[in-house]
Amino acid sequence: MTGGSPAAPAATAPARRARRRLRPGGRLAALPLFLVVGIAFGLPALAMADGAFTVADGGYGLDNVTRSVDGAYRTALLGSIELSALTAAGGTLFGLLLAQAVVSSRGRALREAVLTASGVLANFGGVPLAFAFVATLGNAGVLTTRLGLGEHGWSLYSFWGLALTYLYFLVPLMVLTVAPALDGLRVQWREAARDCGASAWQYWRHVGLPVLLPSLLGGFVLLFGSAFAAYATAAAMVGSSVPLVTLQIADALSGNVLVGQENVALALSLDMVVVAVLVMAVHLPLQRRSTRWLA
Amino acid sequence: MARLGRPLVLLLAGVYFLVPLLASAVFTVDVPGQGLTLSSYTRIFAAPGFSGSLLLSLGLAAATVALVLLITIPAAVAARLSAPRLRPVLEIVCTLPLVVPPVALTAGLGTVLRWGPEKLSTTPLYQTFVAVQNPDFPVVLVLAYAVMALPFVYRALDAGLRSVDVRTLVEAARDCGASWPRALVSALLPNLRGGLLNASFLTLALVLGEFTVASLLGFQPFAVWIVQASGSDARLSVAVSLLSLLLTWVLLLALTTVGNRRRTPRSSRTSEGKTSR
Repeated sequence: MTGGSPAAPAATAPARRARRRLRPGGRLAALPLFLVVGIAFGLPALAMADGAFTVADGGYGLDNVTRSVDGAYRTALLGSIELSALTAAGGTLFGLLLAQAVVSSRGRALREAVLTASGVLANFGGVPLAFAFVATLGNAGVLTTRLGLGEHGWSLYSFWGLALTYLYFLVPLMVLTVAPALDGLRVQWREAARDCGASAWQYWRHVGLPVLLPSLLGGFVLLFGSAFAAYATAAAMVGSSVPLVTLQIADALSGNVLVGQENVALALSLDMVVVAVLVMAVHLPLQRRSTRWLA
Repeated sequence: MARLGRPLVLLLAGVYFLVPLLASAVFTVDVPGQGLTLSSYTRIFAAPGFSGSLLLSLGLAAATVALVLLITIPAAVAARLSAPRLRPVLEIVCTLPLVVPPVALTAGLGTVLRWGPEKLSTTPLYQTFVAVQNPDFPVVLVLAYAVMALPFVYRALDAGLRSVDVRTLVEAARDCGASWPRALVSALLPNLRGGLLNASFLTLALVLGEFTVASLLGFQPFAVWIVQASGSDARLSVAVSLLSLLLTWVLLLALTTVGNRRRTPRSSRTSEGKTSR
């Protein structure tokens, strides 16, 4: 994926000897990896594509794919996209504010503490996160009962409850993504801008934000992908009361709905892969671009 | 504005990130009608299914770490040493799993597993299909987890390899008469300790928290057990969640500290979200 691997430097005699000696390892050394990926990843991926395009009479067609973007499935797909876009936008904004607050502070201890905590919290997801929020804001949750949130119409098992929960791992993920870029904003640039008579707003508008933009956009799509693929948190928390594509796939797989929906589940999975591929196609180049300022 | 803004942002973040943890702790010890009690925690070990599912998860984690290191180390080292053209291929192969969300991977896996009884029941392969789905130790989960961990493991290893002069090390060991495996194990691997630890910890954390694949394929490791237990005993499951969380965090904190002390590059730290949500 990186354009061309670095050409081997003109090999000196001993190096060439060593290379020859290592040759037997060569490409064969990667064989076990390719084998495992082929069996555990390639085969299921093929099965998914095959099933998604297999129609009732055993031939190939677009029936499943059409059904996967229609009716309740369409609602779920749009629900997932809406939730992911909203939480990614919120995560980007709050992550940027938090990272800026930390980076611009003098205290090194605070900075280290927040970055370390972010590394840990960004890895926090799934079932434990769901239960922590259920214990806090669920029907019998500590805050819900003490503050009487229930009477005010609060429900954790909703779109907004889910969004609030997702931010718990998305904001730290954004802090980790954008902090190096904020570090890359040189103090001299700001001073130079000020010496030329630019206001703080003009500095951000013409220098700060353009430099940050690749990191921010890259972070946004990373967060989007992360929220889009999430299943465990939602499954442990809301069951299937919020329409999400991951929950629909799980339902169809476990036969909770009409029999014969497996292939629609595979088509839905294929839809997810398409979205994820788009996300990666945007994220990877942006990530590469943003590193330009950090050298 | 900045003077007012910074404390406000930090305060809000502190509240948002600490309250759910504190509230969970309160939830487990403050039981209505009983007052303060630690019974949620003392009950854990006696809970039906607890030790079985935990042991299963630990076993799966150990097997996954072993498998994923066993397949990535030779490939990554070979790409560095003797087959530079392998590198871009490896990078693509190891990034691919990120493109398929765990739910979608499970859908595909389930389909493949159904081929066993549907198409292969008369062939010897059928026994293999039965064996990989043995509920006592589902090998199919190890395979799935290895694939899911691959992107993170490869990146951690690659970062580790970048920070040492692989060629000189192996060359020196070979010139001193070490055999090829010996050079790898005694000369190269100790120098990769940081990257290897990093990769192992990430894999361990991923497997211990994994819910999606296991629950949809019908197995019951730790994360699936917690959800099942929550139906009958919410406080118990929150207590277990809190403990497993602390354990994971201690692991990851240890990893970050090790990484900082050894000055491994930033990219090899735990900066990527894992895939267990």
